[in-house]
Amino acid sequence: MENLLPLFVAIPLAGGFLMPVLGRFFGPGRSSAILPILMVAGVLVLAVRLVLLPDAQTPPYWMGAWDFPIGVSLVADGLSKLVVLLVALISLLVLVFSMDYMTHYTHPGLYYGLFMLLLAGMNGVVLAGDLFNLFVFIEVAGIASYALVAFGTEADELEAAFKYLVLGSIASTFVLVAIAIVYNVTGHLNLAKIAEALRAGGGLTVPIYLAAAFLLMGFALKAALVPFHAWLPDAHPSAPAPISAMLSGLLIKACGVYVLFRLVFAVFAGAEVFGIILVVLGTLSMVLGVLMAVGQWDFKRLLAYHSISQMGYVVLAIGAAAVMQARGLDDAVVALALFGGLFHLANHAVFKSLLFLCSGSVEYATGTRQLKLLGGVGRRMPVTGACLRVAALSISGVPPLNGFWSKLIIVLALVLGGFYTLAIITVIVSFVTLLSFAKVQRYVLGGEPSEATARAREVPFAMCLASIFLAVLCLASALLVLPSVRERLVDPAVAVLKAAVHLPPASDAEPSTVALDAAGRVP
Amino acid sequence: MTLHMLPYLLAFLLLVVGLYALVAKRNVIKVIVGLLIMDYAVNLLLVLVGYRVVGGGAPMAPILTPDLTPADIAARAVDPLPQALILTSIVIGLSVTALVVALAIRLYDRYGTFDTGRMRNLRG
Amino acid sequence: MRGMSLIVKNTTRLVAGFIALFGAYIVLYGHVTPGGGFAGGVIVAGALVLVVLAFGERFSREVISHEVVRASDAAGALAFLGVALFGYLAPNAGAFFANFPDLLGTPGNLLSAGTIPISNLAIGVKVGAGLFGVFLALALFRRRGEQRLMVPDAGRLDSEAQR
Repeated sequence: MENLLPLFVAIPLAGGFLMPVLGRFFGPGRSSAILPILMVAGVLVLAVRLVLLPDAQTPPYWMGAWDFPIGVSLVADGLSKLVVLLVALISLLVLVFSMDYMTHYTHPGLYYGLFMLLLAGMNGVVLAGDLFNLFVFIEVAGIASYALVAFGTEADELEAAFKYLVLGSIASTFVLVAIAIVYNVTGHLNLAKIAEALRAGGGLTVPIYLAAAFLLMGFALKAALVPFHAWLPDAHPSAPAPISAMLSGLLIKACGVYVLFRLVFAVFAGAEVFGIILVVLGTLSMVLGVLMAVGQWDFKRLLAYHSISQMGYVVLAIGAAAVMQARGLDDAVVALALFGGLFHLANHAVFKSLLFLCSGSVEYATGTRQLKLLGGVGRRMPVTGACLRVAALSISGVPPLNGFWSKLIIVLALVLGGFYTLAIITVIVSFVTLLSFAKVQRYVLGGEPSEATARAREVPFAMCLASIFLAVLCLASALLVLPSVRERLVDPAVAVLKAAVHLPPASDAEPSTVALDAAGRVP
Repeated sequence: MTLHMLPYLLAFLLLVVGLYALVAKRNVIKVIVGLLIMDYAVNLLLVLVGYRVVGGGAPMAPILTPDLTPADIAARAVDPLPQALILTSIVIGLSVTALVVALAIRLYDRYGTFDTGRMRNLRG
Repeated sequence: MRGMSLIVKNTTRLVAGFIALFGAYIVLYGHVTPGGGFAGGVIVAGALVLVVLAFGERFSREVISHEVVRASDAAGALAFLGVALFGYLAPNAGAFFANFPDLLGTPGNLLSAGTIPISNLAIGVKVGAGLFGVFLALALFRRRGEQRLMVPDAGRLDSEAQR
């Protein structure tokens, strides 16, 4: 199976190179979507197969048959598998949605080409085993996303894309500076080898702290944590709706939060100071995101601010786990916090994409996204209305949908870890989220049909299908709480993050014989 | 402050100059130039990271000419890995520059100006 | 875009071929001397840009049209991906991007280094075509209201910019 790991990147790349040329033959209709859907379905099949194999059967894949430690590797441990599955599944559904939605735009060939490049970049980030390939794939995904945000080429979208590009490039430059410093200090680029070298060589010295600071700044910007969030409220609403779903549902996770966790735990040995920084960033994002979201009257801008807030939940949970581990608290509590964070990451990907797709359906049918101009959508568009209700209840944390379980677990872990104030803040933020989405539901779904919704009809079948599937996923991913499902999917990821921190300090054994053969994984 | 730290300090100074241009200037083209300066400053930093002089002579480039063996290169030459990183980084910088210049052209078309202070459609 | 004066046109007629040849040399000798696919591709793109600037856009559209540029861009990229996938067939160590050990000649020869010259060629074609395409897209952008000579801007179908 590990021979097929490069295909996660190679298949979407081939699609990205083919689609701009083939788009000319397919014309402006829906048929340009067939080849991308087939390719992403293939990637999804591979991802499912990958997830069903235990970690021992998916060792790192060394490209070009160059071995450890100088080779370039692709690593598929528990954390990567979870995120790869998420990325493949949601990309497929968003593609099905774009089949009809992009008939409102010109040049579908270019759109699908950029979409496949975005997917290739995200897969590459998640599977990368060394630091520089991580950076390269983040850039690939980033450039594709800058172009996709500007796809409509109206004034708003260009301005948003320009701001996003400038801030994203600053982040990438900081990451590259950090890579230069890390290479200077340790002499390696392989993540596992860096982890080894840092533990063996006396731990975290001043240059490593400098590199860590640059890395945290860069990836916090990619993950849109406050105070690095300024690009997100402009970029996510301006993109076409399927791309908003991809950006908010996948990109800030695969290129932002995932890399933060991988670096803080696996590479920098989960020191307490990084945990505290993550806790502070997470809490700030949670609180400020939801406060700024409450006053919004643009549907997609409101959803974008809620993305910031929910990412704060995830980062808070995992930062708290790092702090608890560093202070030596009970192992089960740390595992609970990690599970809560990862569970919420998966849940957010599902219900946030559904929210953006529903907002796209509403915009497709009515032509507006201002809450004050909408109304009575629930009556005119029953399927979209139902899916929107499911998604809004999920994000608000209403049982038995998935949001409730992940938020509950996060609050429980914070209480058990002794962070009582943070737990109270989390509950309050959750309540404000509920209020905000009650407002959305009342203005969009309830009330009398306004003049914009009076001429709305239900959206085409493909868009409905994608929305219904995601709504079913919202209900189904609540099942991740059950032990049998959890052990298959999320526990390996938790184990990767926990084991990396538990790595014992290097004894007198030679570094080359230490059997580290993946990013911080001890067999 | 020893003298051999000076190039590193200059590379960081260049980074800060680029960051200043990016943050403080209102003209879109000046922002693009700031972006370019930042990219090249980091490339310069990567060059410096790979620099290595063995034996007190001049630094040797890692090019395999017929009178050298790979062992010579490994022992004496400048580290070639950062150079590969720099090449990749230059290409990435080129792609981002092409994209941002295309955005700037279209921004001028839509707004009629290059002044970012006047592009305030999105707010709140 | 109109062309330039007679002096420029005559000089370009003499020089552009040599520039392209030099670019091709850098690409083909990429595994022996410094340079390789990217640098050589940039030089080839430079030669093409020189031709377009000197002779005007209408002339060069007959020599190299935008469709050819797009197609060679995609072809170069797919060829590189193909070389990478071809590495799976390498004997007794087949992997993505693997080289073929029995094709490695003596270092320093032109015919050596396995599949690396092919990768260089593919990258050279892609970068040359890609950069030239970038130049065309930037230089031939038509503002709203002017006559459209190239393919219309990507964007919304209902926007007034498409008229």
